[in-house]
Amino acid sequence: MIQSFGWQSVQFLFHGLVWTVGLSLCTFVGGGIFGLLFAIARSLGPNWLRALVAGYIQLVQATPLLIVVFLSYYGLSFLGFYFPPLAAAAISLTIYATAFLADIWRGCIEAIPRTQWEAADALALSPFQRLRYVILPQAFQISLGPTVGFMVQIVKNTSVTALIGFVELTRAGQLLNNMTFQPFHVFLTVAAMYFVVCYPLSWWSEKLKERKHAGTAH
Amino acid sequence: MAYEMNFTPVLARTPELISGTIDTLILSSQSIGIGLTIGLAAALLRVDGPKWGAVVSATYVEAFRNTPLLVQLFLLFFGLPYMGIRLTANEAAIFAISLNLGAYSAEIFRAGLLAIPKTQIEAGLALGLSRLQVMRYVVIIPALRIIYPSLTGQLTLTLLGTSIASAISATELTLAGAKIESQTFRSLETFLVLAAIYITMTFVFRFLYWLVGLWLFRRRVPKTGSAAATLTLPREVES
Repeated sequence: MIQSFGWQSVQFLFHGLVWTVGLSLCTFVGGGIFGLLFAIARSLGPNWLRALVAGYIQLVQATPLLIVVFLSYYGLSFLGFYFPPLAAAAISLTIYATAFLADIWRGCIEAIPRTQWEAADALALSPFQRLRYVILPQAFQISLGPTVGFMVQIVKNTSVTALIGFVELTRAGQLLNNMTFQPFHVFLTVAAMYFVVCYPLSWWSEKLKERKHAGTAH
Repeated sequence: MAYEMNFTPVLARTPELISGTIDTLILSSQSIGIGLTIGLAAALLRVDGPKWGAVVSATYVEAFRNTPLLVQLFLLFFGLPYMGIRLTANEAAIFAISLNLGAYSAEIFRAGLLAIPKTQIEAGLALGLSRLQVMRYVVIIPALRIIYPSLTGQLTLTLLGTSIASAISATELTLAGAKIESQTFRSLETFLVLAAIYITMTFVFRFLYWLVGLWLFRRRVPKTGSAAATLTLPREVES
């Protein structure tokens, strides 16, 4: 049935937007947890672990996200698991976000000067306390701008999961386009919805980066 | 039930994989050529242009950086015919990826342009360098050196991003892979092979960027006889 683009269509797209935001949050939490572990392992672990994590980061960053998504969706089901599109989407985006967040945060941890480690050591803090009270809080400050910037990438990249049939905003747009045959209206609205989510994050990220520079100038 | 990997049916399609790889390289290089030109123009318009130019440039950059490439592809491929402009899948892909890269590289070029203070250009002129020498040794090469890592990183992301163009059936590697997958039913093997090809391409390009960087940012000593030679200035400028 052909329907025309109207208020109902916008509501339909809005449901897609809710799934996009939900998937982005899952990805950010999943990628955040593994990313932090990987970042610590990459910058402070024993040599073999560093090499392993570095290899993981290099390989994932050199693979298109679409291929990672296809591998999880089509590929892993042959190993005896069936992943519904939502799970395959969340898993592949987490794999992807982990690699990038680990790389960003490794840089932040390594940006903390050696002298801070030595000072913490001189205060007789245990290795865990050094990390918990001295290094990570400072690294966290530096990481805010790039991390929020990467959140924009996560939101935008959830669109790729439309290609395995997960009904988020882009897929909702495709379905609506099939019903209305008004691609210009549909995809412009879809783009506007992404923009409404992403632009504030981009703006916030820039502000955080400026503040960081202002802080170091003093 | 264990799954046995069998790469034979996929590897039997090697000619298709090779032509897919070539198509991806062509699509990437066309998009990179056009995209970097757009990016440089947008950055110059933003930094040196009139006020309206800065507004136009900033709007373009923000619009394309805050929406997904896939939606940009759909909008150009399915949406433009609505306005009477009909593009083939490949044209739409080049168009969308170029505009996307243009927006990202505009920000990178802008950072480079702003990184060279005006006083440094004046200092170069005061030391007796010609305008061309100032442009070359004081502005372009040092600015390019600053932005080189982020620029090449962006080019890698563009190369990998071309895989998304398969969604509108532009001819490139992922589309070739999807066809092989649907005919052989060897999904895992097909996508593992595709991943390996993309990883190889990325590493080869990173190595090439590194080589170009070495050549581009090598120490330059002007030919003896030029005014600057006695001052050994370019050595200072380089560091």
